Amino acid sequence: MNAGSMADIAFLLLIFFLVTTTMDSDTGLARTLPPIVPVDQEPPPPIKDRNVFRVLLNSQNQLLVGGELMDISDLKEAAKEFIENPEHKDDLPEFKEEEVSLLGVVEISKGVVSLQSDRQTEYQAYLMVQNELAAAYNELRQALSRKKFAKNYVDLEDEERKAVREVYPQRISEAEPKNVGGK
Amino acid sequence: MGKFKKSKSGGQPAINTASLPDIVFMLLFFFMVSTTMKEVDMKVLVSPAQATELVKLERKELVTFIYVGIPLRAFQSLYGTEPRIQLNDQFATVKDIQSYIAQSRDNMRESDQAKMIVSIKADKESPMGVITDIKQALRKAAALKINYSANQVAQ
Repeated sequence: MNAGSMADIAFLLLIFFLVTTTMDSDTGLARTLPPIVPVDQEPPPPIKDRNVFRVLLNSQNQLLVGGELMDISDLKEAAKEFIENPEHKDDLPEFKEEEVSLLGVVEISKGVVSLQSDRQTEYQAYLMVQNELAAAYNELRQALSRKKFAKNYVDLEDEERKAVREVYPQRISEAEPKNVGGK
Repeated sequence: MGKFKKSKSGGQPAINTASLPDIVFMLLFFFMVSTTMKEVDMKVLVSPAQATELVKLERKELVTFIYVGIPLRAFQSLYGTEPRIQLNDQFATVKDIQSYIAQSRDNMRESDQAKMIVSIKADKESPMGVITDIKQALRKAAALKINYSANQVAQ
């Protein structure tokens, strides 16, 4: 059989794939939305003020954290301090002691991050806030897994990762957006 | 020995091209495997937002995309310059999202349906109002795993 034209055919296909190909892989911030609450369900009990980390983002993309204006670059450290509460301060979240597999009894913070944005907030600004909050949690988890398992968080086994996640659960709640600066 | 013929004097011998198809096939397979086809024609302008804590979307068959941005210039006379939603190849409104999600869920394998991820590809300057409406629609459609599409921050 004459295979002389094989190269030509393969070249043709090759050029087709070269042209149609897009190499970029999709990346992004993964998040889970809360399910819709049924109408007849009782509202959850109110959360103590000290357990809430209020982040507001207005239509000018300005950041208000716990009532004070803050720069986006400081948000990560502030969030970390809030979640960790290393000195057990009175105005930072409480702890509950809980048994976590592999780690024994651990103090788990009751802190919740509450994020509210305006309808006119820019997407990029919102994403940066989400990003900094995720970074805060990731750094805390990383520190814990280095301390307890002497491994990076990404290299942990499934069970170990689950334990670390239980100690630092990502609790970011999003309120319905306001429309203050809007039309 | 007769095995090695002396090359004829004068004139270059032709290069053997018998392995050329193999090489080309190898390249071909590489591109076939690494390729992801462009699925939709973009009708809105999306300049991606930037972030650092990124996760890769590994399994493309689980992902459904929602695009948000200002319509391209060719469509601006018809659709204006306000940020719009694009689903598949068409402009859409928030109301269309639920049926769009239901439809793309139906197209997935049954074992994959619970793992469905919706990726929101929004222009970095689009207002949160649109995004929030989309999020509410997704909650109603019970598509709770979402992914805010973003690129790595350039160093």
